[in-house]
Amino acid sequence: MDLKTLTELNGISGDEGRVRRALMEAARPHCDEVSIDRSGNLICKKKGADPSLPEVLFAAHMDEVGFIIAGYTDDGLLRIRSVGGIDPRVIVSKWVLVGPDRLPGVIGAMAIHLQTMADRKKVLDYDGLYIDIGAKDKAEAEKLAPLGTYAAFDTAYTPFGEGMVIAKALDDRVGCYNLLRLLQGNYPCDITCCFVTQEEVGLRGSIGAAYGSQVEVALVFEGTAANDLGDVPESQRVCQVGYGVAVSFMDGASVGNRELFKLLPALAESAGIPCQIKQGVTGGNDAGSFQYGGDTGAGTARTMVLSVPCRYIHSGASVAALSDIDAQLHLAQEYLNNL
Amino acid sequence: MLRDTLKTLLNAWGPSGNEHNVAEEIKALLGGHVDAIRTDAMGNLIVEKYGQDDNAKRIMISAHMDHIGMVVTAIEKEGFLRVAPVGGLSLKASEYRHVVFENGVEGVLLSQPVQNGEPKVKDLFIDIGAADREEALSMVQVGDFAVYAPHVFPLGKHRIAAPAMYDRCACALLVELLLYAEDQKNTIVGVFSTQEELGLRGARVAAFAEEPDIGLALDVTGWGDTPENKLPDLKLGAGPAVKIMDAYMVASPMVRDALFEAADLADVAVQREVLPYGGTDGAAIQHSRGGVPTGTLSIPCRYVHSACETIDMRDMEGALKILLQFVNLI
Repeated sequence: MDLKTLTELNGISGDEGRVRRALMEAARPHCDEVSIDRSGNLICKKKGADPSLPEVLFAAHMDEVGFIIAGYTDDGLLRIRSVGGIDPRVIVSKWVLVGPDRLPGVIGAMAIHLQTMADRKKVLDYDGLYIDIGAKDKAEAEKLAPLGTYAAFDTAYTPFGEGMVIAKALDDRVGCYNLLRLLQGNYPCDITCCFVTQEEVGLRGSIGAAYGSQVEVALVFEGTAANDLGDVPESQRVCQVGYGVAVSFMDGASVGNRELFKLLPALAESAGIPCQIKQGVTGGNDAGSFQYGGDTGAGTARTMVLSVPCRYIHSGASVAALSDIDAQLHLAQEYLNNL
Repeated sequence: MLRDTLKTLLNAWGPSGNEHNVAEEIKALLGGHVDAIRTDAMGNLIVEKYGQDDNAKRIMISAHMDHIGMVVTAIEKEGFLRVAPVGGLSLKASEYRHVVFENGVEGVLLSQPVQNGEPKVKDLFIDIGAADREEALSMVQVGDFAVYAPHVFPLGKHRIAAPAMYDRCACALLVELLLYAEDQKNTIVGVFSTQEELGLRGARVAAFAEEPDIGLALDVTGWGDTPENKLPDLKLGAGPAVKIMDAYMVASPMVRDALFEAADLADVAVQREVLPYGGTDGAAIQHSRGGVPTGTLSIPCRYVHSACETIDMRDMEGALKILLQFVNLI
């Protein structure tokens, strides 16, 4: 399954079914065992050649950020809330697809002709932004998009530049894509690939996956925020698109295992895989679940996060480099083949 | 001796997520004196001393090895290190501090002037004396951690100040308890925990894995006995404090009352701690799985999260006597 298909599927946190079905179908031929746990995580297991080696777990999240319908105006516009963190400044005038039938919609704002000078300086927030699906009144809007319907950015996957892509949901379909590719190979140890749910709303799915797995090592495939454009000083760039897979020493949810933090960049260097150290500690991801289980304490693993740098992450159009996506996969394979 | 153990542990390098040196010191101190010793994936050092009673309870006693520090996020071309805080680092306690990396590289922690307003923690940087990025990279890497340089010094006859007092004083107490407890009724599951400063992470995992019958956290608490500092109503030297509650936990009455009883038996004066903020590993143990009756015994500590965290050794000695009674009592 290609990255285009994966990013164009809509799977906002709590509504990962379409993505899960597609991944399950694509993964099944390459796995010894496929299951779905009670948190909705897709768990794919593959046996290795040497049963004496400890199993290694990989995780990527299936969900993406998006919107949920939370109310209506009398004239048929949909009131919305974000699911996961989306800056309301980046959503004005964006095309969206509403509900399972992908109804087209647009997030509207007052035309510039009608704005006062004060209006132009105001930042619109979720109380002042609506999805217009062309409904003639509230009753029709309720019928077409009942409360709780999800809406996703409508963005076509588009290659551009030299080996770059524009797409929505690169965070974390790049990780899902690479887990699928990982499962196609053969390795010395057993591997478990967890495609998890609800990362964007608080690392929820992965807690169930951690509880169910109890492994010693977990590597998390992520998309992470690159801050590498314009006048940003070098010390604040976090990571840069096109400079390889980003390895994390710490973020808001976990401290990377020190041995893995030394080992993985060294493996990358000796194998000629582009690799960079993520220069920032903000954000957090599923590694926290596998390391200490969030609030449950059900974690057991030494963890490391391998991220693909993405520009404009958590918006309708983010940008990544195919070479970085390949580097994420190759570093994981290098790790497995050197156990 | 409690004082020697404390000094040894205060000099060990160990910010959150990097507690292995502290664990090694503790292993060396305990070697041959305990029944089981192991390390988990989080780096928690878990030590057992079996109880003699047929119905011995498993009492998890937690003291965290980590303390606050900073981590290098970027290296400027002029050789300065940009850092992010690891745990509750404050600007006030950090400016002009001597800091040290695991490999021995030393530096000074400073803040840069800012255009509008006052500098914040994000404006801190480290000067390691490097002339440029190349020289700096020969000394440290992005992702290396640093701490306030260890410096242990006495204040008067009974008090000791040092960075990392929070929570190495509790580690020292737990080491001494494991050394001195003999043929005690209950099994002591001593957990020298990790990443407490980042959200009680190590203790959560240990509590989940060990499934104790009873929990006890050893930690420092605040102070109310310096100028214009009234709460919490606790004094240094007036005895260890039995926690009633803090922001994360109401101590389980059964454990709290056993601590009071143990203090009576040991003839040690204790204070009652009501802390309007903060939390300890006790909360992580208490809320684990189906719930674990848990209390906290605290050492009053001045200037918490600074390079001169100060405790009174008389409170430490009292706490050790209480703990030796507690493991037989409950």
